[in-house]
Amino acid sequence: MSVASTAAREATAVVVSSGRSKDRNVASVVFLSALWFSLFFGVVVLLALIIDTAIDGAGRFDLHLFTSYEQGIAHEQAENFSELRGIPVEDLSNRFTGFRAGILGSLWLMVTTALLAIPLGVAAATYLEEFATKDTWYNRLIEVNLQNLAAVPSIIYGMLAAAIMGLLGFQFKGIVLGGAIALALLILPVVIITTREALRAVPTEIRQGSLALGATVWQTTWRQTLPSAVPGIATGTILGLSRAIGEAAPLIMVGLAAATWDPTGFTSKVEALPMQIFRMASNPQGAVQEAASAGIIVLLVMILGMNALAIVIRNKFQKSW
Amino acid sequence: MTVTTEPGPPSGAGSAPVLTGRKRPGETVIRALLMLAAALSVAITIGIILAVLQPALDFFRQVPLGDFLATRDPEGSGELRPAALPLLWGTALTTIIALAIAVPIGLAAAMYLSEYASRRSRKWLKPTVELLAGVPSVVYGFFALSFVTPTLLNDILSLNVSLTNSLGAGLVLGVMIIPTVASLSEDAFSAVPQALRQGSLAMGANRMQTTLRVVLPAALSGVAAAVVLGLSRAVGETMIVALAGGSSKSMSADPTEGHQTMTAFIAQTAAGENPPGSPEYNMLFAVALLLFAITFLMNMISIRIVRRFRQAY
Repeated sequence: MSVASTAAREATAVVVSSGRSKDRNVASVVFLSALWFSLFFGVVVLLALIIDTAIDGAGRFDLHLFTSYEQGIAHEQAENFSELRGIPVEDLSNRFTGFRAGILGSLWLMVTTALLAIPLGVAAATYLEEFATKDTWYNRLIEVNLQNLAAVPSIIYGMLAAAIMGLLGFQFKGIVLGGAIALALLILPVVIITTREALRAVPTEIRQGSLALGATVWQTTWRQTLPSAVPGIATGTILGLSRAIGEAAPLIMVGLAAATWDPTGFTSKVEALPMQIFRMASNPQGAVQEAASAGIIVLLVMILGMNALAIVIRNKFQKSW
Repeated sequence: MTVTTEPGPPSGAGSAPVLTGRKRPGETVIRALLMLAAALSVAITIGIILAVLQPALDFFRQVPLGDFLATRDPEGSGELRPAALPLLWGTALTTIIALAIAVPIGLAAAMYLSEYASRRSRKWLKPTVELLAGVPSVVYGFFALSFVTPTLLNDILSLNVSLTNSLGAGLVLGVMIIPTVASLSEDAFSAVPQALRQGSLAMGANRMQTTLRVVLPAALSGVAAAVVLGLSRAVGETMIVALAGGSSKSMSADPTEGHQTMTAFIAQTAAGENPPGSPEYNMLFAVALLLFAITFLMNMISIRIVRRFRQAY
């Protein structure tokens, strides 16, 4: 048999085995277009969301958005200005409202959340992947429990965090530590699950080589397995934190409220960007809605930036074994 | 605690020989610390139950159970409005609308990714679908309030809906849980053995027939698990319904009206100023207990189905 005919037969075999040759009737084409529609439905909605919000908030992409507190302009200043321009004082302070407290607060919350969730999450994942014997009842309990925790409504984590803050004896509600505990509880399952996947991707040979050279299990884990898994862990953790930074429901339960100051420590009262957006979204005044739209763009840029960072880390540093 | 607690090989390393060297107390301490971190996840579940149960029990001591499981608030109950069934109905209605969007679209996207897309295009198509899960729910809520309800439902579809309504909230909620349904059902489709597809194609079926009549039925339990998990997400989502779903209890079946849901009730009441210990404050926890019980049940059903379907092949 000639080479050409073999090649031709192989090519035909590929077409037949994928069933593509029979795809050309009306039903198939309609079905395939429905699949395409579904695939891009989400992207279309997302684009509509971003474009609509950006247009609504376009008038507010100024410096006040970042430097002012909510209704941040001083009252006398507003009065002077309103006499000059003939705009009502109330309207004016909304027109210069900004997200300084929310942006700084969200950054504080994010760092504190990371400090709480990453060590705990990585430790738990390391135990489950490297130390645990899978068939004992308590390890199975932990497995099932983790799967369940990943789907517990976020607002319930806020209730737990509020209870923990009560136990710790903090008098004031809405401080950095309380919000961070709520967010850390929320993303802990995500951090654990992604860290486990990263550890699982490290080939067995690395561990065996280390063990064969006389290292103990912990030495193997600490010096070989964990360093090899760092890009995967970083990617998962950043994605978890990007979820935390956009979450508002648990923060309501912890009692975060409007702030006109910068957070200064773990126990200072704090505001978060999504909370500020939530409160402003319920206010029907035009200027407030405009500011809320601009705030959403700021939040989306922060979150998309973190997602992009996670993808860059994954593509640049992840080893392919 | 001698032989069994000795650090074995990493379980990721398969069945490597057990190292029976000299005792290393440091290793045992580290192992214990790591295990403590893992056990913390169980403590979180117990903590949630304790944190919610205590005030919820107080509530049922203050208010008769019949008032809680009622379709309307008793006359003259004042600030406290104890009826929970309207909240349950609001959640159910919003969730049904959300699933009506998310299940067909999520399944179809999963079918394309698993059955039609080449390995290369899947690599960038899948993150695009999952991008939807990265948008904060408060942003979705604002979108429902500022675009979907006034522009899409009122102007374009001229449905004459109220400012906050279950339809808009449910639609946007559906968009939010598309990635959950799509991602898990794609896993289920991919787990169907290639031999089943080849058998179908060999009998002369095309890709649509193979997908719908062979792959989908074979992956049905996995798809069911995906839908149940999506359902659980929809029930527990807060910010969309708190912003766009309305803040008054209603038993009406009309989705163009507002219906307060369980999560919206919790968020809207918690933002108010009820002193801890009052029945109004404790009712939050009674509703949260109901919410936790429902989502817990859903998650367990989903986990159970996934486990059973994994054993099938």
